[in-house]
Amino acid sequence: MSEKYLTARIDVENSTSLETIRQLGGYATAERIVKEMSRDEVTNVVLEANLRGRGGAGFPTGRKWTFMPKDFDGPRYLAVNADEGEPGTCKDRILMERDPHLLLEGIIIACYAIKSKDAYIYIRGEYLKSYQVLEKAIAEAEAAGILGSNILGTGVTVRVHLHRGAGAYICGEETSLMESLEGHRGHPRPKPPFPAIAGLWQKPTAVNNVETIANLPAILEKGAAWYKSIGTEQSSGNLLYQVSGHVNTPGVFELPLGTTARELIEEHGGGVWKDRALKAFIPGGISTGYLPADAIDVAMDHTALMDVGTMLGTGGIIVMDEETDIVESLEILTSFYRHETCGQCAPCREGCAWTHKIVKRILDGKGTPADLDQLEEIAQLSERGRTICVYPDAISAPVRSALKHFKGEFLARMENGSQSVLPGATS
Amino acid sequence: MNETDQFVFSEELETAILALKDHYPDPHAVVIPALYQVQDAYGHLSDESLIRLGDLLNVPAAEILGTLTFYTMFRRKAEGQFHINVCKNLSCHLTGSRDLRKHIETSLGISVGETSADGLFTLGEVECLGACTESPVIEVDGEYHFRVTPEKADEILDDYRRRAGEERRSPGAD
Repeated sequence: MSEKYLTARIDVENSTSLETIRQLGGYATAERIVKEMSRDEVTNVVLEANLRGRGGAGFPTGRKWTFMPKDFDGPRYLAVNADEGEPGTCKDRILMERDPHLLLEGIIIACYAIKSKDAYIYIRGEYLKSYQVLEKAIAEAEAAGILGSNILGTGVTVRVHLHRGAGAYICGEETSLMESLEGHRGHPRPKPPFPAIAGLWQKPTAVNNVETIANLPAILEKGAAWYKSIGTEQSSGNLLYQVSGHVNTPGVFELPLGTTARELIEEHGGGVWKDRALKAFIPGGISTGYLPADAIDVAMDHTALMDVGTMLGTGGIIVMDEETDIVESLEILTSFYRHETCGQCAPCREGCAWTHKIVKRILDGKGTPADLDQLEEIAQLSERGRTICVYPDAISAPVRSALKHFKGEFLARMENGSQSVLPGATS
Repeated sequence: MNETDQFVFSEELETAILALKDHYPDPHAVVIPALYQVQDAYGHLSDESLIRLGDLLNVPAAEILGTLTFYTMFRRKAEGQFHINVCKNLSCHLTGSRDLRKHIETSLGISVGETSADGLFTLGEVECLGACTESPVIEVDGEYHFRVTPEKADEILDDYRRRAGEERRSPGAD
């Protein structure tokens, strides 16, 4: 059993109170590094540990920080992405609701490294409890001199601001998040310039996910070598895997990167429910698409999942049993993308809408085999750099993988009308 | 419009909105948090309230309207006292959210998008609420309810009915 450092304190009584957390050694690492290490030394430890972003893309956090200009004297910002919205994902909420001070300690470390005096936590609007828990935690930390100006008597300033989103999946995209935070519609911005150069209010900005930031206290406490000893060669550390859908014991599990999907589903998730067989699973949030049951031995890390044509994403696994109707599930997913496209770029706006209409038509028993070619063509015409952000690639993944692995179910729908070909289907 | 007709915010609300400016280098960032404050105070965002907010923030009301219509959590019309949102995305779907939604529709005698006759509940169906391992999930004005069965849904509705009754019996109580 590996050591937990992200969720080690979540089950402690009063885990959200500053007093409890201080007794457990909370903020000791932040205090030590601010007093004893230079900013560059902190960044170097994070670079060496190869901490990769936990929001979905897996970009090395330290490298993101080094893109920020060194010689710029004006304000620079940390934006903490707490707009957790990728279906299948529910890890940042646990961290914020049950150990808010871990996130705040990580924020101090990140702000110190990038020389930022202000951090904005952009929390999705529905996470009211996270907001309230953090609001109280920030107030406690400010009163204790841990946050604010001259933190812990060091002369360093770290102010933490909470900002609620208002219901828009796209605002988890980093440039959309910044537009939204500035009070606008959440339309992604063209890159370059990247946020590290011109982010919030056109100032250098690092955008990091909640879980990413929550890794920092342990990395700085125990060092890069310790961190690299956990996980796989290209993917260091623990990940908060989430297992949901058709399993006996769904949950959030902190395990080393590279844990296999089999271990997660069969051991931690308690196996497929109702003694049924596995049909498919989504490895890391719906934008990573479907994998068939025979992919279950894949290691859940950045490289191994790339090798099977998908990605780790958020580590949110959705399990589907043998009775799952894949066409119906794809209708739900494409309806989501149609609803959540920001509408800025035509290929995405039109592509998502038409993709959903066609999948719905097939589900209703009115599809033709030509519809399947049309779905492929729409994917081809909208993805890979034809739009401002990568949203069309996110819808392509479930569409393409569903057609690749379960084409027979789509064709059967055409022959059998709107009747599902599966036993026990609910539609 | 003469002066007595003019829509005004309470002094408390105005102060709270203006205090938000302390958090940002550019006051335009106040728009979304301020919209929440106004919505919490009035239940929804009327034209008059947007015009007043625009004056207060020195941002055109039309621009505020343009911002708010991008987001699903702002309401332009008066709705029920409680907003029930049933998650419909994949994890919840796989564990019974469609039947759950139908059950709540029957219990309340309304469809998604409607408000119950007693004015207590507005029912919505929403995308992923971020609690997939606790599915199916419903959310009522920021309160999450996990692993909701049809029976549990009825208990939850009754609980909110009780709360509404208690509020009516003790006007002005916190």
